[in-house]
Amino acid sequence: MRHGRYRFIVGFLAAPVILYVVFVISPYLQAFQISLTNWKGISANPQFIGLENYSRLLDDEVFWAAVRHHGVLLLVMPLVTIVIALFFSFLLNLSGGQRGGQMTGIWGSKVYRVIFFLPQVLAVAIVGVLFQAIYRPDESGVINGLLGLVGIKPVGWLIDPNLALWSIIGVMVWQAVGFYVVLFSAGMSSIPKDVFEAAALDGAGRYTLFFKITLPLLWDTMQVAWVYLGIAAFDAFALVQVLSVDRGGPDNSTTVLPLEIWRTAFNFSKFGYASAMGVVLFFMTITFAALTLRVTRRERIEF
Amino acid sequence: MATETAYKPASRTGSAHGRPKRKRGDQMGAFGALSHLALLVWSILVIGPILWTFLGSFKTNTEIFGDPITLPSTYNWDAWGRAIDKAHVGQYMLNTVFVVACSTALTMLLGSMAAYVLSRYTFPGNRAIYFLFVSGMTFPVFLALVPLFFVVRNLGLIDTHFGVILVYTAYSLPFTVFFLSAFFKTLPTSVGEAAMMDGCSHTRTFFQIMVPMAKPGLISITIFNILGQWNQYLLPIVLLSGNVEDKWLITQGIANISTNAGYEADWPGLFAALSMAIIPVMIIYIIFQRQIQSGLTSGAVK
Repeated sequence: MRHGRYRFIVGFLAAPVILYVVFVISPYLQAFQISLTNWKGISANPQFIGLENYSRLLDDEVFWAAVRHHGVLLLVMPLVTIVIALFFSFLLNLSGGQRGGQMTGIWGSKVYRVIFFLPQVLAVAIVGVLFQAIYRPDESGVINGLLGLVGIKPVGWLIDPNLALWSIIGVMVWQAVGFYVVLFSAGMSSIPKDVFEAAALDGAGRYTLFFKITLPLLWDTMQVAWVYLGIAAFDAFALVQVLSVDRGGPDNSTTVLPLEIWRTAFNFSKFGYASAMGVVLFFMTITFAALTLRVTRRERIEF
Repeated sequence: MATETAYKPASRTGSAHGRPKRKRGDQMGAFGALSHLALLVWSILVIGPILWTFLGSFKTNTEIFGDPITLPSTYNWDAWGRAIDKAHVGQYMLNTVFVVACSTALTMLLGSMAAYVLSRYTFPGNRAIYFLFVSGMTFPVFLALVPLFFVVRNLGLIDTHFGVILVYTAYSLPFTVFFLSAFFKTLPTSVGEAAMMDGCSHTRTFFQIMVPMAKPGLISITIFNILGQWNQYLLPIVLLSGNVEDKWLITQGIANISTNAGYEADWPGLFAALSMAIIPVMIIYIIFQRQIQSGLTSGAVK
């Protein structure tokens, strides 16, 4: 019996573990090693060059532009998404007034939630192509066409270097809000109703309910949201690659690290250098996640 | 669910609340109207671009480059036909259906096997293997990109659907194993034990007892994987990057049409292609929206 049990365990685990180690774990480990070589071109013989790739990164303007863009994304995108999502999920779940002493959602909240979540299931690449048409710089673009109706001249949403990154952030927010509305709704529904009931009996208004009760009790969920959005801010590959002018343009004004990694590796065949960027991205992501969880840690409120 | 309370009839409408309630109700009217306005505006922002794409597939190039806010003058499916034949979107669709069907099936088979063993059996190394899988959820895939390309190439699987299927499966395993082992843990142990007492083998217990019992969890994570793999963009452009246009998947195919499209291009065809990529996902979403919403957010809530 015992023998059969171990045979079963090994038999069930062998295939998934082998597949996972070959295609996921081993590439991750190899990346660190490759980042220390000068590997260029498919057949060339890579040599160990220590940290040279990393010191070259320090002087690489495009790399720094990409890092700056991650900084902007990291500050703006999560903040805007969370504020909009919190606002809508509060409206959907708690603004319907009190019925029998209970806070209720607004009429039709189910339908709204289904609609809001929709962009989340669309492929980012498809969304990118779609917004290319919407952001078109002449009056045939949807936004510029609408602006034209009220007499505003067409805006170069994606071709103006000062505007392009913001236009891309807009699309990221457009796609992400629904997910966080659903996430925060789940969080709000887990807050016991008697908390709101008690507050309402004490005469708390809608604003007090939101800022003094809902927000603090939703802290854990918001922390998770911030980490998720932050990790998304370190990605942005598909959207920038598809949507931006010249892939990361104009003039590198929208480029991000994943795009540079992909371009350096598969357009310029500089595999060592691309892997070094990958390692930097890895440490940036991990540091961000650890920092966020640490800085925002609060006493858990049990209920 | 949060909304269930919204549809419950008022359970206590004591007369004691009568007067202040009405006053509150009047305020609620204005606030409620503003709330609906805000929600409606966002709904239009969400649906507008998608609807505009559908309509665009029926317009002519002139209509598209004229006023963007008009309805098409005639409704015919010419652009859809061109997208399927000339732009190969039909081929890309078939490829994607094939790849996603295979890789989701393989992900579910391997993922549920691993999750079952890791959640129900104690053996040395159990925790280590579990954390090995779960840690994969946190790493950025871009770190692995270069070595992954060469691993697949050295196995002779670059530019093949089989290679893409294996890689999709491998990268879907972390979340699948994480989600399903949590799910298997919630199932009662007694049924499986009773089957074993009756002489049922471990393997048979799994396939004939545990899998049917885990059906709700398996369904949510299957839909999650189908959507995730259908929408994948990075892996296809890296793994099918050679001169193999006939093997391309839908996202990379459409992105490529749009990259190559100048002002001479067939815009209605592009919009038809976009619609074809969006519609299957939307149908799956509308049918399974409850499972999708809970499945996608459950990873965050836990």
